[in-house]
Amino acid sequence: MNGLSVQNLRFAYGQKQALDGVSFDVAPGEFCALLGPNGAGKSTLMSLLTRLFTTPEGRITVAGHDIARDPRKALAKIGVVFQQTTLDLDLSVYRNLSYFAALHGLSGREARNRIMAALERLDMAERAHETARDLNGGHRRRTEIARCLIHEPDVLLLDEATVGLDAAARRSITDHVHSLARDAGLTVLWATHLSDEVRDTDRLVVLHQGRILAHGHAGPMRAKQPLAEYFLALTGAQV
Amino acid sequence: MTAYLTALRAIVQREALRFVRQRGRFIAALVRPLVWLIVFAAGFRAALGLSITPPYETYITYDIYIVPGLCGMIVLFNGMQSSLSLVYDREMGSMRLLLTSPLPRWWLLLCRLIASTVISAFQVYTFLGLAALYGITFPAVGYVTVLPALLIAGLMLGALGLALSSTISQLENFAGVMNFVIFPMFFLSSALYPLWKMAESSEILHDICAVNPFTHAVEMIRFALYAQLNLPALGWTCLAGVVLMALALWGYDPARGLLRRKG
Repeated sequence: MNGLSVQNLRFAYGQKQALDGVSFDVAPGEFCALLGPNGAGKSTLMSLLTRLFTTPEGRITVAGHDIARDPRKALAKIGVVFQQTTLDLDLSVYRNLSYFAALHGLSGREARNRIMAALERLDMAERAHETARDLNGGHRRRTEIARCLIHEPDVLLLDEATVGLDAAARRSITDHVHSLARDAGLTVLWATHLSDEVRDTDRLVVLHQGRILAHGHAGPMRAKQPLAEYFLALTGAQV
Repeated sequence: MTAYLTALRAIVQREALRFVRQRGRFIAALVRPLVWLIVFAAGFRAALGLSITPPYETYITYDIYIVPGLCGMIVLFNGMQSSLSLVYDREMGSMRLLLTSPLPRWWLLLCRLIASTVISAFQVYTFLGLAALYGITFPAVGYVTVLPALLIAGLMLGALGLALSSTISQLENFAGVMNFVIFPMFFLSSALYPLWKMAESSEILHDICAVNPFTHAVEMIRFALYAQLNLPALGWTCLAGVVLMALALWGYDPARGLLRRKG
């Protein structure tokens, strides 16, 4: 399928099983929240989805490309924002983005146009020549989101993208990414441990101790309970 | 192919910018060999007599002998510095950005090596310029023929740094690399004294020096500075480079590499 498909994924750090039979699909244009407490296996899953790790057990398909069999085609379709910032703080916003563009084989006018379009989309065009170090946390994250759009990916992976940000910046970034799924038709996988970032219309995958406890659409799943309570009840029962 | 070259250019530019920003690193890279040349060599000049061995055609003073070794020292330290910055990049996350590019991983790592080698060569030429001001010069053509030797030595020592960086889990462990890799490699080589001198004091030490790839890198540079080709040294350096690069690629293999162990 297009979008993102994860089938029966297993991964262990030595004896410790980090992911145990994880399966879910995210369709194009869908925003999928991967909700789990710290240590649930979200970052491990992100590392497998970006091929920083590989595992012989399970299958990952990105925009129709099997990441094990065709890693380069799959990676070309992925835009990723890691939990830890990956900006070079001494370079300007523009230079950070042009470095990334070059890693995807883009240069010259085409790269410039795409960089400016991505920055405008995230309301960061005016800050293109500011040094990344001078940006606040929210703007750094926006820069990273703009950066992951330059090569026009089909699938966006964001690992705790709002960690350390204040409420306003968190809201702004979650809104932006929702709009990327809704308006641009991107497949979004949004890993978080904060239930207030999830909307009722989002697909929701609850991950705990390396296993999926529940998945579906957030609204019907939580029913009349607030999502936070539903999440705590679900994960608390498994401790 | 254009995508490959675009990435190469960007990675070299980024390393060059980082190097320009770190002026302290540049100054340290120059001061270190200059101290050896001006202080250490001055002391040994009187104590150490050197016989005529190729590529030298006449008696030379110790400070002339030591310059190619110091060029090798710059390349060695820069290779390790580059490996240190790889560990830093990995801790800071920017390595992830590099490794999630759709270009092949071997090419991305090779680009890093090429970038570090270009910077090494620039540092060596600056040092040779300062040595010339100090009065130590080489045949004019030697300054040209040394370039390929510097690039090959840079790639080999950079590959060593890359291989080491894949085994170092934390920045703090880098001090161990200094003690157990850089210093033995440097002192157990022909950088500071000719191998036959070493043989006079210890056969075992001589044998260790003779298999040390850094010895061959230094000899390759020494001959190249006199526009001569030392084929065995070239062969050893290339062989060591290929083996070390293979080790580095193995270390960065996503199926079993360091990133996996870190979790």
